Amino acid sequence: MSRQRPLLSLSGLEPLWVTAESNFVNVGERTNVTGSRKFLRLIREERFEEAVEVAREQVEGGAQILDVNMDEGMLDSAAYMQRFLNLIAAEPDIARIPVMIDSSKWEVIEAGLQCVQGKGVVNSISLKEGESEFLRQAGKVRKYGAAVIVMAFDEQGQADNYPRRISICERAYRLLVDQGGWDPRDIIFDPNIFPVATGMEEHRRNALDFFAATKWIRQNLPGAHVSGGVSNVSFSFRGNPVVREAMHSAFLFHAIKAGMDMGIVNPTMLTVYDDIPSALLLRVEDVLLDRRDDATERLIDFAEGLKGQTGTVAKKDDAWRNKPVEERIGHALVKGIAEHIESDVEEIFHQIGSPLKVIEGPLMDGMNVVGDLFGAGKMFLPQVVKSARVMKKAVGWLTPHLEAASEGVRQKAGKVLLATVKGDVHDIGKNIVGVVLGCNDYEVIDLGVMIPKEKILDAAIEHDVDVIGLSGLITPSLDEMVDVALEMEARGIQLPLLIGGATTSKVHTAVKIAPQCSAAVVHVNDASRAVPVVGQLLGKESKTGFIRGVAEDQQKVRTNYAKDRQRKTLLPLSEARRKAAAASENRAFDTSHCSRPQTAGNQVLKDITIADLRPVIDWAPFFRSWGLHGKYPDLLDDAVIGEEARKLKVDAEAMLDRMEAEKAVRCQAVFGIFPAGRQGDDVVLNGGETHLHFLRQQSPHGQASLADFIAPIGTPGLGTDHIGLFCVTAGHGLEEWCAPFRDDDDDYSEIMAKSLADRLAEASAEWLHREVRIQHWGYAQDEALDNAALIAEKYRGIRPAPGYPACPDHQEKNTIWELLEVEENIGVSLTESLAMWPASSVSGYYFAHPDAQYFGLGKILPDQLEDYANRRGQPHDETARWLSPVLLDRPDTPLQ
Amino acid sequence: MARKFDMRPDIVQHSAQRILVLDGAMGTMIQRHALGEADFRGDRFAEHPSPLKGNNDLLALTRPDILRGIHDEYFEAGADIAETNTFSSTTIAQADYGLESAVWDLNVASAEIARASADAWTEKTPNQPRFVAGSVGPTNRTASISPDVNDPGYRAVTFGELVEAYRTQMEALMVGGVDTLLIETVFDTLNAKAALFAAEEAFDRQGRKVPIMVSGTITDASGRTLSGQTAEAFWVSMSHAPLFSIGLNCALGAEQLTPYLEALSAHADCGISAHPNAGLPNEMGEYEQGPDAMAAQLKAFLDKGLVNILGGCCGTTPAHIKAIASLVRGRSPRPLPSHPVKASS
Repeated sequence: MSRQRPLLSLSGLEPLWVTAESNFVNVGERTNVTGSRKFLRLIREERFEEAVEVAREQVEGGAQILDVNMDEGMLDSAAYMQRFLNLIAAEPDIARIPVMIDSSKWEVIEAGLQCVQGKGVVNSISLKEGESEFLRQAGKVRKYGAAVIVMAFDEQGQADNYPRRISICERAYRLLVDQGGWDPRDIIFDPNIFPVATGMEEHRRNALDFFAATKWIRQNLPGAHVSGGVSNVSFSFRGNPVVREAMHSAFLFHAIKAGMDMGIVNPTMLTVYDDIPSALLLRVEDVLLDRRDDATERLIDFAEGLKGQTGTVAKKDDAWRNKPVEERIGHALVKGIAEHIESDVEEIFHQIGSPLKVIEGPLMDGMNVVGDLFGAGKMFLPQVVKSARVMKKAVGWLTPHLEAASEGVRQKAGKVLLATVKGDVHDIGKNIVGVVLGCNDYEVIDLGVMIPKEKILDAAIEHDVDVIGLSGLITPSLDEMVDVALEMEARGIQLPLLIGGATTSKVHTAVKIAPQCSAAVVHVNDASRAVPVVGQLLGKESKTGFIRGVAEDQQKVRTNYAKDRQRKTLLPLSEARRKAAAASENRAFDTSHCSRPQTAGNQVLKDITIADLRPVIDWAPFFRSWGLHGKYPDLLDDAVIGEEARKLKVDAEAMLDRMEAEKAVRCQAVFGIFPAGRQGDDVVLNGGETHLHFLRQQSPHGQASLADFIAPIGTPGLGTDHIGLFCVTAGHGLEEWCAPFRDDDDDYSEIMAKSLADRLAEASAEWLHREVRIQHWGYAQDEALDNAALIAEKYRGIRPAPGYPACPDHQEKNTIWELLEVEENIGVSLTESLAMWPASSVSGYYFAHPDAQYFGLGKILPDQLEDYANRRGQPHDETARWLSPVLLDRPDTPLQ
Repeated sequence: MARKFDMRPDIVQHSAQRILVLDGAMGTMIQRHALGEADFRGDRFAEHPSPLKGNNDLLALTRPDILRGIHDEYFEAGADIAETNTFSSTTIAQADYGLESAVWDLNVASAEIARASADAWTEKTPNQPRFVAGSVGPTNRTASISPDVNDPGYRAVTFGELVEAYRTQMEALMVGGVDTLLIETVFDTLNAKAALFAAEEAFDRQGRKVPIMVSGTITDASGRTLSGQTAEAFWVSMSHAPLFSIGLNCALGAEQLTPYLEALSAHADCGISAHPNAGLPNEMGEYEQGPDAMAAQLKAFLDKGLVNILGGCCGTTPAHIKAIASLVRGRSPRPLPSHPVKASS
């Protein structure tokens, strides 16, 4: 692979690749009880929060590795090492860099190694106790997965000159690489940085020897690195930061040139080499490089004059502190900075006055930003948890004020029950939700994992909780959550139910869980949302509106889900047409049945008698309209409704007798049978002048269109196929005949008359259809069917009506009205919404094809809507309004 | 247990020659059997005090026939490696069911079931020897994250406890005859480091070694593990062990996994494995990506030369594995980086 391999790879939450271009890796040193009296004090007094801030300052100051040292005689160093490493592991902006576990005690190092998920550095091991102990420790370090600093120290003691430095390092290197199986790149030598300018003759070459040893190591021990504790070099100048900073910088300048590539330095106590005043630099380098016998005296003299001056002490970036307080709070929450949150909350509390409003306002706003960032992948989980802890601190400060506001009877913000449902053992997400809620002043009752629904609900009642939260990760848990909701409903529990976990979703919650119970069911996408959701569910003012909002939202989700399910299964129009064509190819259009009608032109029948119609009345719909359901005539003998049905039938027959005798209604009809051919999904009449437009099913299970029952234009061996159009009415005169009933307030009779008129209209259609089949079109002259067979549509041909399932567009009635001159011939008109008047009327098409049958169109996709509107030459929006019942996405202003 | 093969084929050696196919989901296949509480309990656990339904690992002892059938189905579909049904067979994970004491038996039995299936298939297709990977799950405790609201420094499990639990599982898997250990679905790298530590101890105690595979899980939209690491940091944190492969599984589908796999492939000096889910779960928690759609996305891995081992996680079935097996046929595995591999002990 062409990629250059790093010279050293370390990691925290992020990788640290040391490459040839890296120059120098600086190790933050302030989290070291031996080097920082402040840090020692914080650890001793267990002021961990402040101790963690020290670590943060190091990272913000530019440390690339964090050195942690707990070596103090009075401390349980191993325990404090673990404690502190675990604490900074919870701080993503600190944990992003690798850790250096610094101790002279092996057991402390091992304790530390058990706490870091990244690849850190052990500082240090040495040959002090001999080769076998050295190799044992090194082997352990390798098993834990860390790089190692080897101090130039052996059985005789610390190397304090050049020859011992290089011989010890070489020996250690050979042991590690040849016997320990170490990758040399994971070995870092510390050839001992000792103080200079101590006044002792033997210390004069300390820096020079270090530089030389560094150079030798880098040249002779391939892959290995060189590090050291830089501040040691300036030990003699404690209390004189200007000189110390200059010494550190100058030392590093030369050490890096020699090959030192890592060092423990206080990045906030470094000055830029080029910024060191030349007079100071000259004297510092005289000392470091041992250039003059009087170098030490000259530097000490010069240093006297600089005492009391402060060093450069780098400032960390805290410009955000100058922003308005709301922004500061938001910043602190998003960045997880706890340091100033209490003073900021105090400030905003004095502005707003209500502790609750502080929580519900700026604090909640900040947490919402956190939620958004997490959702967008711009924050990761440990950061969210960190934000929640800042929130906790803020709420903690407000708590006494909340108590004061509620006259001392301070209660928690609410009680939340959490459980992972039965059959599921995943609880990490649930625990995080618990942490986040707990940080926000909620009392959390966590039942644990694999909790049966009965136990969840029992506990909810026992603890008198305000909210129940269910968690689950595996798919079967989704069903378990549905069962919990059902059980809640069965037991009449009205507590809000929160749903969370990796496989849960807004849609599943809305479609499968929420409909099971009358309590509010809310899906919580992630832990960061738990607080705002619970807050709104429990807020006196927010509760009702929030629940209504969730319910409305879930209704939308359900509607969309149903649509999506359909959309996923529907075929594109082109495919539906292709499939339909392929199906009809298999049964070539049989032209033999395309009989010519016996009568041409429009035919009008004005004197259909009720006596003609009575035998073909379909009674089942009549009884249905009176609420008596069942198969006719069986329902007349039904044990329950039979008696009622028989009475009704008697009344109906009596009324029909009267209607027949008094000629209550005039039953009239108009029809025509026209030469026609199919063109796509249209049926073309009048030599192409008139188009009847039909729609096609887009279901994978069927792609029928009524147009398919007409022979295509140009079918060989065919003169012309035909289509029939008709309209019948049994409504003329009805209103007038019913007037006496209205005068007598005889509702029963009026409704009876009108429902019978509807039956007569249908019967007219049935009667006329038979007349047409046998006589006028004449394709079924031998037909001999009784009433039951007629009603069961045992005859050849169908008469679908515009506005009904196979052809839902009412607009097609206009074409029928035009061709048949319906209004002129039988006085039936169309209203604005294309309803027929009188209402007891029926209109439609006749298809004579032997295979013709009724079907439901189902839903159509936008591609067919567009195609259909184009065929009609109509704006799409208008077409969409007429077709809205069959569209997946209904237009905003549907008709009717 | 008598072995058919005294010298079993070497998985590392075979991996150099072709892309090996790992099997698909176990849970999805078990769900198809719609098992009840009684199936999980069998005779041995009939009197166990707590519910056991859903403890899939238990089937190794109570319904071994089902596991054998699933392994056979995956091998028939063309898988080279079967994963043992031991994702949760650690004392820590089984503690939820009160079954810590059954852990040794679970692992041995599961490994033996997979071994028997693999050996039968190797005999049937000697040109395509079959292997068994001992599945080592993450447990349900995090060593890097505190579950306690008031104490971010608290840990529900220690490194030492994890090492102990993993070592027991790994030894039992080795006794049961696995060819490799697969430390998988790593959401907290410290857990995985404990597993690597445990593996060395298990090797010492068993007096032999098996190759180690590691597979992490990217859970956040930000491309991190649950414990917050980037894919690169995850590799660095695992790189101290002599790994046979490193890779990613679960949580994401093939398409979403690509950038993180590229990151691993760019740095890792061992094999790369990927066993993604069958796409992302739909709103109903179902995986609906079909075999062809998944294979089409996985093809990009091959075209980019990203992988040495390819398989499926949640929602994948023998049909998916069949599609993957035919996808990798004749394709060469990702070449291992040419720079010298570090000395091994």
